[in-house]
Order: sequence, then C-alpha cells, then structure tokens
Amino acid sequence: MKYVDEFRDKKLAKKLASEIVQVADPARNYRLMEFCGGHTHAIFRYGVQDLMPDNVEFVHGPGCPVCVLPIPRVDNAIELAKQGAIVCTYGDMMRVPASKKNSLIKARAAGSDIRMVYSSQDALKIARDNPERAVVFFAIGFETTTPPTAVAIKLAAAEGLKNFSVFCNHVLTPPAMQHILQNPEIGESEQVNIDGFYGPSHVSSIIGSAPYEGFAATFRKPVVIAGFEPLDIMQSTLMLIRQINEGRTEVENQYTRVVSREGNQKAQRLVSEVFEVRQVFEWRGLGGVSRSALKIRDAFAEYDAERRFTISESNGTDVKGCECPAILRGVKKPTDCKLFGTVCTPDSPQGSCMVSSEGSCAAYWSFGRFRLDRLKEPAA
Amino acid sequence: MSRMAKRFPTRIDLRKGTVDMTHGAGGRAMAQLIEELFIKHFDNDLLRQGNDQAMFNIPAGRMVMSVDGHVVSPLVFPGGDIGSLSVHGTINDVAMSGAKPLYLSAGFILEEGFPLAELERIVISMATASREAGVPVITGDTKVVERGKGDGVFITTTGIGVVPEGLEISGANVKAGDAILVSGNIGDHGVAIMSRRENLYFETEIVSDSAALHGLVANMVAAVPEIHGLRDPTRGGIASTLNEIAFQAEVGMRLNEESIPIRREVDAACELLGLDPLYVANEGKLVAFCPANKAEALLNVMQAHPLGKDAAIIGQVVADDMGFVTMETGFGGTRIVDWLAGEQLPRIC
Repeated sequence: MKYVDEFRDKKLAKKLASEIVQVADPARNYRLMEFCGGHTHAIFRYGVQDLMPDNVEFVHGPGCPVCVLPIPRVDNAIELAKQGAIVCTYGDMMRVPASKKNSLIKARAAGSDIRMVYSSQDALKIARDNPERAVVFFAIGFETTTPPTAVAIKLAAAEGLKNFSVFCNHVLTPPAMQHILQNPEIGESEQVNIDGFYGPSHVSSIIGSAPYEGFAATFRKPVVIAGFEPLDIMQSTLMLIRQINEGRTEVENQYTRVVSREGNQKAQRLVSEVFEVRQVFEWRGLGGVSRSALKIRDAFAEYDAERRFTISESNGTDVKGCECPAILRGVKKPTDCKLFGTVCTPDSPQGSCMVSSEGSCAAYWSFGRFRLDRLKEPAA
Repeated sequence: MSRMAKRFPTRIDLRKGTVDMTHGAGGRAMAQLIEELFIKHFDNDLLRQGNDQAMFNIPAGRMVMSVDGHVVSPLVFPGGDIGSLSVHGTINDVAMSGAKPLYLSAGFILEEGFPLAELERIVISMATASREAGVPVITGDTKVVERGKGDGVFITTTGIGVVPEGLEISGANVKAGDAILVSGNIGDHGVAIMSRRENLYFETEIVSDSAALHGLVANMVAAVPEIHGLRDPTRGGIASTLNEIAFQAEVGMRLNEESIPIRREVDAACELLGLDPLYVANEGKLVAFCPANKAEALLNVMQAHPLGKDAAIIGQVVADDMGFVTMETGFGGTRIVDWLAGEQLPRIC
C-alpha cells in the first residue's frame, strides 16, 4: 500500500532502533507515556517494544475513548434504548461493561434496538429511514471524532430531522494529560513518574500542536506529536529521548505531514459553533476532570439527547478488583490486576480496558501475552 | 410430464410469486415448489427416487460427514451467493479430511414473503456449484417461517465423503517441525461481504474466493500423502484456524508476516476498516500442515492447481505447551496472534 508501507519499513526500523540505542543513556530509564490508544495498539501490533532497549519503557495512557467512559454513561445509553430510541453506536462500545453485568450488546439481545454504525452519517441515515422513531447517536471520542458529530448535528438541523439527537460524550485531550500529572486526589505513592509524552497526532490534526505548549512548560515534560505508524513512533521516541537528554521540555512535531501548530481552524470553528466546554466531566480512572469534555450548545438543544430525554441518574461502579482506573492513569500495568487473564479476558471483559483494541489490557492480552508468560517463568 | 400437469394444473409463478406459509405446510403447494424449483434444478436419479430419504450404495472404507448452516447477509455478494456458498462450504469441510465428497443434502428455511424469483436464482447457483463440483444434492427439506422470523433464506447442507486409503489427516496429528502452508490470498471473502453491507458500502473489485477445494485436496494428498492436517480458515480467518489447531495438537506456531499472501486491495480495505486480515473470513482457502521435508513438494502441487496458484509457506509448527501462535511482523518485531475475541463481523457465511 503506497503511503502506508513506507512507514512500516523493516530496514528503516532497524536503523532507527540502533540510533535509539546509541542516544539512550544506559545509566537511566526513560518512561514515555503514549497518551493515545492508537499508539498503544500500534506498539503491540508491530512489536515495537522488541526494537527498543530495555531502559525505554512505554507507559500506556488513558487515550482510549471507549475505556475512559464511566459506567453511568453506558447505563444512560442503555436506558435511552429501553425508552424506545434506536441507539446508534460504534462497534467498540457494544461490549463495554455497564452496571449489573449489562452491556449494549446484552441489551440488544434482550430486545433493545441498538445498532452498530461506522460514522455519524450512518446514524443520520437511520434517522432519515425511520422518521417515526427517535434515533440517538451515542457520540464518543476525542477531538478527532468531534467534527463529524458537529457536522451530523448541523445537517440534522438543516434538514429539519426532528427524530435525531446526540448523546454527547466527546472529551478533550490536553486537560486529561494535565490531570494525570497534577492530580489532587491521587496520593503521593500513586504519583505517575513519566519522563515524556507522545501527543496523539490525529487529535492534533484538528487542534494543532499549540495546546500542548502550556502543558510542556508548566510540567516541564517534553511532548512529541507522533504519527500512528510504527516508524512514526520510533522516530518520536528518538526525539523524546534527545529532549530528555538535553533537558529540553518542548512541544515537537514529528507528524509534520499532517499536523501544523494551529491545526484545522475550519474544524475548530465548526466544533465551537455546535459545542461548548462542560464545567466538569467524569472520566473512568481519572474521576471528575474540570473543563475536559464538550456538551451541545443551547442553540442546538433539540439535538441534545440529554435534554430531550429524561435520563435517570446512574451510580454504577466498576467491577470489584478491576484496576482499569489505575491502569488508565499509567500507575499500574494490566498484569498488576488480579482479574487480568483470569476472569477478565477479551471474551469476558470485566473492565473497559479489556474491550477496545486500543485498551491497554486488550493489547497486552492479544499481542503481548506470550512475553508476559515467559517473564513469569524462571529464567532457563 | 403428463402426470405432473395433472397434479399442478397451473405452474408456480417463479417470476412474481413469493414464498407463503403453504410452501412449508406439507400440502400440494409445497410439493409443487419442490418439483418445479428444487428437483428441476438439482435434478439427479437419487433425488428423483422421490422418498423422504435417498438410498445409495456405500463404498468400503472410512466415510466422513459434515454439516454447515449458512446465514450470510447479504444473500448475494461479489463472487457468489448463499447458494454457491452452501455447496462450497460443506464440500470443503468434508474435503479437509482428505476425503472425496460424494453427496450433499440441503435444508431450506424460507421466510414468508421471500420472492420466488430470488429463490430460484439462489437454487440455480447452488445447482450449478454442485454440478461443477460433481457432488449432487440428493435429498432436501423445505420449511417456511412467518415474515420477520427469518432473513429471506437460510440453507443448511450436509455432505458425506469417503477417505482414500492411507490418509491420516487430523488437526490432532499436526507436529512440531511441520511446515504451515496456505493455498492463496487471505481475506477476500470477508472483505467482499463487507463491501456490500448496508451500512458499510464501498466500491471494490474484490470478489469472494468461495470455491470447492476437493480437487486441490485430491492433488495434494495424491502427491504428499504424509499431510498431517488440513483446515479451511472460514469465520475468524487464518488466525482462528491456527489457534484451533495449536490447541488441538498441543503445539505452538510461528508465522512470518511477510510470507502471508494477501491482495493489496484486501490489505487496504482492512487498513481502512481497522480490521486485521488474519481474522477475516475465507471461503476458498485451506491451511495445510506437512513434514518440513515435504513442504516444497506440496507447495509445487498446490501452485500447479488454479485454486492454489498463490500458495505459500507461511511458517512452522513449534513445540510449545502454551499453544501460542506468534508472528514475526513485517516491521521486525514479534506479536502474538490470538484467538478472535467477540465477533469481528457477524453473518459472514
């Protein structure tokens, strides 16, 4: 595949790997957090860790939109379906555990009309095809997926599509990254020790690289906006290590083929026309994070499922023993969780991190299991 | 013909008619549907016996039997339809023992309101596939469910076959050191189906690889009777098939990503859809395991057959009591190739 294979080239990977070995100081460790689940997935999918020296460690962050959605929001979506609405959702959401061992896929088996879609446009089409039914798009995702939701709402408004609404769960990257490092309710012992961050490049294709500048300066941590191909990740690793070695804490852009400092301003305008920032939003793992999510503006209130429907308050909590919250903060690894690989597997996920292919636990299990088992065995 | 004309004074309307409940009720309407649609197209002497069962002589030796239900959506897809698929799928399950398939049965579950013209197209496709494969449908059954209780048509086929002397092919016989071969490009069927899904329509040249593999298998077992294992990687793709066999034979497997044949278009479609082609369904491919010193000979025989021309050696079986399937990635790292979790895509076959 042109424009893809170039970024998965084995020879270049080897060259970069040896450069990383040369640059990395053997006397220290480098703990680098890839915020985004897309990076986590690519690291495991291509075996990038195998090409890294032992003192370079990937710390998996909370950037998996499915994983960070707290249980009550999933309960809410199920309730919307029970009220008779057609709930349209991305496939990843279907198996995320809700309260009382429920999930969207189980709710569907029990008779609710829940449909898997690939885009907000599919949800709009379902609304057009079913004028007599209320259709709710269960919108999740970071800044990358927000503009398509904004487009869907604007189209629905232009078409006068009265049966369409959006259950908005769009979240924002920079406040969450900030929260990980500056977190009042997490004790000292849980402080996350991270030397640098890979910034999610798809997010930055919308918001640009500038929003991380304050973060890098305040917390004195280098950030490299990294593409999602394995060579992107390796090159970004080299850039992060160089910054750390030289004591720099800048925002660098590895993904220059797409990302600019200012980002996509047309998309930004569209988003701010339809959405405004919520005062506080509950994240799984992080708790309430101020100004970290979006809600639909008053001007588009009739397309806001939270205002159109009466949704009862859910106080659902995670399965006991599930370490998803600490794993999402980068404090624990999937293998630190007692449920990992015992009761919690991709076939019977107990926590959200085991569901999505971008979740740390699922990636550990699906792509890295053999390595972990070997580690447990005494050295031969 | 004169007797038939008396039994059914008017012919069934295969142009504008639809399936109704009487077609499954056991009365004259059902008999007419069987006569004018199923027997007409599947026609053979054993079917013409006209009993509730087909009677035939059995050869000496070992027989195999396999059943496969087909619920694919959409019913017609690039490169095939539920009719041809229901013939190929069962023939392949029989053939993966090394057997020569002999006969098929077909059970139809029809939904009330399904157009008879569409049903006839499916039956013609099925009859053509069966004739081309040389494996006749010799008995069948028809049931009708109320509108909304089915999805047009579901077809279950059973096949029987006879295993040639001297073959011992079973997933359990696969051994450490065996070579792993695949008969051609992976993922075609799954991507062809996806490209026609209502909520996922995309333009592509990719057609399903749906095909009957018993001819290829006959050549393979004739040339290399030492083959240890054969399996067709349908739902769950080659990843699931390899894990099944690793589990069954209590071995591990080591693949080389760069040697796995895949069409560029399929690779691109999977990239776009976020799918891993190792997990995407095939309907005309097989995975073979044989002693390493026979691998080249087997590969040559496979590549000489039209259905195996893109065959490749993709890895080897290794001793591993954990039963892991691992792969050296094209990028130079290693990853595990796990069982498919959940459902990548429903109703693929």
